[in-house]
Formats: sequence, C-alpha cells, structure tokens
Amino acid sequence: MSRAEPTGRAPAAPAARAPRPWWTLGLLRSELALTFGRARTLALLGVLAAVPVLIGVAVKTETGGGGGVSDAGAAHGPAFLTQLTNNGLFLVFAALAATLPVFLPMAVGVVAGDAIAGEAHGGTLRYLLVAPAGRTRLLLVKYAATMVFCLVATAVVAVSALVVGALLFPLGDVTTISGTRISFGDGLIRALLIALVVAASLIGLAALGLFVSTLTNSGIAAMAATVGLLITVQILDTVPQLHAIQPYLFSHYWLSFADLLRAPFYWDDIVKNLEIQALYAAVFGSAAWARFTTRDITA
Amino acid sequence: MAPNDNTRITETEGEPSAFRRKATRYALPVAVAGVAAATIGLVPALAAAGGSGPQLADISAQQLIEKIAASDTQQLSGSLKITTDLGLPALSGLDSVAGALGDSAGAGDGSTADPGTKLMELASGSHTLRVAADGADKQRLSIVEGAAEYSLIRNGDEVWAYDSGSNQAYHATEKDAGGHGGSEGTKGEGAQGAKDLDVTPSELAAQVLKAAGDTTSVTVDGTARVAGHDAYRLLVKPKQSGSTVGSVTIAVDAKTGTPLKFTLASSGGGKPIVDVGFTKVDFAKPDASTFDFTPPKGTKVTRADESDAAHGKDAKNEASGADQGEGRFGGLLGELSGADDSGDVKTIGKGWSTVYELTSPKDESGAAGKGSEAAGSGASKQDDLPAEAEGLIGSLGSKVTGKFGSGMVFETRIVNALMTDDGKVYVGAVTKDALLKAANQAN
Repeated sequence: MSRAEPTGRAPAAPAARAPRPWWTLGLLRSELALTFGRARTLALLGVLAAVPVLIGVAVKTETGGGGGVSDAGAAHGPAFLTQLTNNGLFLVFAALAATLPVFLPMAVGVVAGDAIAGEAHGGTLRYLLVAPAGRTRLLLVKYAATMVFCLVATAVVAVSALVVGALLFPLGDVTTISGTRISFGDGLIRALLIALVVAASLIGLAALGLFVSTLTNSGIAAMAATVGLLITVQILDTVPQLHAIQPYLFSHYWLSFADLLRAPFYWDDIVKNLEIQALYAAVFGSAAWARFTTRDITA
Repeated sequence: MAPNDNTRITETEGEPSAFRRKATRYALPVAVAGVAAATIGLVPALAAAGGSGPQLADISAQQLIEKIAASDTQQLSGSLKITTDLGLPALSGLDSVAGALGDSAGAGDGSTADPGTKLMELASGSHTLRVAADGADKQRLSIVEGAAEYSLIRNGDEVWAYDSGSNQAYHATEKDAGGHGGSEGTKGEGAQGAKDLDVTPSELAAQVLKAAGDTTSVTVDGTARVAGHDAYRLLVKPKQSGSTVGSVTIAVDAKTGTPLKFTLASSGGGKPIVDVGFTKVDFAKPDASTFDFTPPKGTKVTRADESDAAHGKDAKNEASGADQGEGRFGGLLGELSGADDSGDVKTIGKGWSTVYELTSPKDESGAAGKGSEAAGSGASKQDDLPAEAEGLIGSLGSKVTGKFGSGMVFETRIVNALMTDDGKVYVGAVTKDALLKAANQAN
C-alpha cells in the first residue's frame, strides 16, 4: 500500500499527514518484531523469567517442603514470602515485588534507552526517517513498543511465577494481607490486576528513557544514563531528609500494588502512582518530542 | 503538529527560525511540567485558603458537645491518618530499652502479632489506619504498612490480631480477657492496648471533654470539611499558662455528630503533637466478611492465655508502653488512672498545669500504673537497669539544679518529667519551666 510510494524527502511531509492507521500499525508491528527479535531483549526476558524460579526453589529447599518459612527470616525477607509455602499464588506477588525495584526497570531502561539512540548508533535512524513516517509518529511508535515491552516483561515474570508456584507449592484460597479470605479465582484476578498496575508503574521510566535516548547518538550511553537515573532516584527515595521531594519520584509508589491485596482495596497510593506515571510520561514524552523533532539527525 | 522531516532545513534556513522552532517545541514539556507543579502547589493552598469551611447553622459549644454525646454511630468504615510527634527520642532507642527491660524480666516474647508491642509503633511518625465497625461487637482496626498490614479484628467473643508481614496471629476470647472490659472497641488484652491508645476520634474527644472544667475554654471555632463531610470545629484551650498543650481541636460531623478529626497542638508551636483524622469515612454497614478471620494455613498462632503466662508481670509494662500513645496524656490530663491505687502521689497545681509528685516508687509495676513514661519507669528500675539502657537514659535527660537539689529533666513535647537525685519524680503535661517551678514550690 502506501509503503510502496515513498516520494522523496521534501514531499514526505504531506504524505505523512494523511491519516493512515494501517500504516502506523505496520510500523508498530515491524518495531515490535525488531524489539522482541533482538537477542538482547530475549536475554532480558529470560533473566526476568528466572527470578521467580530462583525465589521458588530457594524457599522450597530452605523450608524442606514442610513447615512455614522460619520466623526469623520471615520478617526481614521480601514481601509476601511468608505465605508462599502455603499458597503458590503468592509467588506471583513475591516475584513482582522482588523484580519491580531493580530487574524490571533495568530491562525497561535498556529497551527505552536504546529506542532512538540505538537506531542513531547503528546508522539506521536516517533511513527510518526517509520513509514517510514522520518523526512524531516514529517517536510514538517507539514509545508504544517500549510500553508493550513493559507489559510483556511483567507478564513474563507473573506467568513464570505462577507456573513455578503451582509446581512447587499447593494452590488454594487466598488470605489477603488484611486477613480476609478470597477464592483462588478472585486471587488470580487480583494477580492480573497487580500485573497491570506493575506494568503501568514502568510507564514513567519508559518516557524518561525515551527522552534520554533522543539526546545522544550512543545507545550504550542512553541505556547507562537511564539505568543510572533509575538508581539515583531509588537512592533519593531512601534518604529520610529528602521526604519533601520523595512523593514526586517516579519510583516512590511502585510497591503500592500490594494495596490490591487488601480488603477492601486501598486505592489512594495506587492512584497516586498512576498519576505520577502519567505526569512523567507527559513531561518527558513531550520533551522527547521537542528534542527529536528539532534536532539534526546526522546518523 | 505535522512534523517537518527535512533534516537539512535547519542548516539552510539559518539559525533564528530554527531557534524559534526549538523554543516553541520545548515550551510544551516546560508547560506540562509547569501546570503539574502549579497543580501540586496550588490545589492544597487553595483548599487551605478556602479554609472558612462550609456554611453551617450556628451552634453553641454546649450543643455541639451534646451532639457528640448523643451521637449513635454504630456502623462506619473508613481510613484514618494518624501523625504523632511526641518529641520522644527515636523509637528504635526506646525499642531497645523496652527490649532490654523485657529480656531482663524474662518475658521476651517472639510474637510480632502481639498487640501491645505493635500498637506502640503508632506513638511516633505517620500511619494510615483503616477502621470498620458494625454495632457493639464487631470492630476492626488495621494498620496499613508497606506490603503488609496489621489487623485487630473483633467479632463477638473472638479477638484476633493478624500480622501479615510475619504471618503470625494472636488469638483471644472474651473469657480469656478477664476483667479488662472496654467501653467500646475490642476487649481483651489486645483490646486493652487499643483502648489505651484511643485511636478513634470519638474516644479521644470523650476523654478531652471529661478533662474540661473551669480551667478550660471550650468554643466552636468555625467549620471545616473533613473526608468530604461538613464538620464543626470544637476548640478546647487551657486557660492556664505553663501547659504543654496549646489547644485541642475536634472536627465533628455536622450530620451525625461523629468526631472526624482530632488535633492536639503544642503550646510551643510547631507541628501538632497528635493529629488523627479520617481521610475517608462511610457510615454504611461494612461488609460482614470484613470481620471474619480464619488464620491461613501455616500461620503461627499465639493464644492469649499462653501469652499471658509468658508475660506475667510484663503485661503491665506493656500497657504503659501502649500508654506512650495518646492514652497517656489523656489519662494525665483528666484523671490519673492509676492514682488511686498508690498512696505516694501528690499533686501540685490543678487542671492543665497539674504536676504529679511521685516519691521514690520502689515497686516497678506501680510506677508503670501511674502512667509515668519511659523516664518514670526507667527511674524505678535503676537498680537492675541494663547498662545500655542506663546509658541511654543518661543521654536522654539534662541536668538541672534548684531548691529540690539536683536532678535530671526528661523532656518530650507533651509530658516532662523531673527525677531528682533524692528519688522524687515530678511529672506533668507542663513546660520545663513550669515543672521546675512546681518542684521548687514543693520543697
């Protein structure tokens, strides 16, 4: 279709202006194929899938398959571990709680940081722009692909955890952290909701990574800067003297997904989390757009 | 915003237009950030500026108190925020002392679900609580923590405490609980802690009103909106000087008369000493399943009777630990709860500036019962005090001298205590100066 009629540089703008949803979809599809076809991405997903296995096997061997997690270790370990031996579904929550602070955002930082800068580094960016895609649209597609990666990465952790949990531990009714009891089906629905919230928690970081990615022509530099920012922000979040700014850090409410396991739900922090993510997406998304649409593409 | 894809354009058209184009585009993220910052900054400011509150019919203080007294709210659920700044030294320090004392008493108990120890955490910092009540025998109180929750659930005769962080539970039944009988709120040992702590605004309000007399001015101070409900503000102020209490403000729901917010301000200014208020409240009947609790498989359950046996005399210490919360000053302001069972307490002054003089209490549980705080019980324990605790106590106080001889003053934002070298202890919700004056007068 329209892909067959690239009309050269100058007339490209009017061609791109025409509404062609299929074209965008095609671009997104090829972008996704590119992202998920990379060995690097698959390795990242593999690492993410291994985390629940590690947690599950460690807990299983430590408890010898019999009693509960020992009291001493329980209070200090990651969240949700104490209930793990009694209900495999808790491995989903425990694995998400364990990967959300480091592994997941690091993977997202790598993918987002690489989005534009990687193309520039590989010298493919200018060819992409030769096609009548338009920079805005290309940027949107890159951001969409990154968000899909957030979702997939979270899903990989959750599904791997669910499988490992089901294999190693018994399944059954779920006791919420408020002490009430819900059926296993309800528990699965909550796990799904939690996975969605976790994926949404990464949107802000993805936008930040995309912005960093438009600043440089080096993919490695963009990834390192994004991951560096992530670590810096998380350190800032732990310094008590900075409590005034902490509510505005994108990682501050990440672990609020646990509130979905209360009865009744406690929405306050989850809403704040989503607001912060939307804010970061708006600010850094538009900054990335401003930068990307005005800069000279030399590579 | 059609993108201009020609990458060469900036070079051929020259700098000024390229600069302008860049500037306009960068204005967008700046504008977004600006709007966000303005929203974050202005919305609370506007809410505060509109602080005249809703328009409500005028009401006298008397009527408002009656409204509270007549309030018959049986069913409610909601979230509370409690912020306490008692000016205590870091809680970790107190914990280590409490732990050391507990160990020396041979009553170290591993259960993190034990209400006494848990509720003590509320004595400092900011916490989110969720409450639900349905009639006189179904209540629930949970402390919302990071990825865990601590719940106290009462359903009829059964009292459960569940700590999801460590997956431990604590169980008591009405008959175990013996003579503790709380007026409302859960009963039993855990409930005793809860009662001492008085986290619901209605309990707090009742205590403060009891303490009011000719020493206190009680007025209605405009209206406010609390958790989406129109409310009257009842302002209670000491008429005397020298008290550490600046004022007590209670926001009372205009419709139901339920107290929604309780603020205790220090006479020294600064942040409120205690601020408890609903952030969300709903007067509908809570879901019945809210009050059901069955310990999940693998949960370590401590029963109240076992725990009582293990605790023995430590129980009283624990009550005084929970007393670190508002219960303590409530008790001190109004009626000194343990005062009647000990002969060696003298009072100096009256009303808000009352100072209690305790003469060398040898019996430690007596000291705890008197509601004297860490300093007081520390004093009573000096003979068998672990070294670390002794060092800590020393670092907490400051040396003073006067007609009473010399001694140590232990200061918090609400209660101050003077421990003289000859074994007398003066305690009161008064400023340090007023405390020293009272001590001088007494000698």
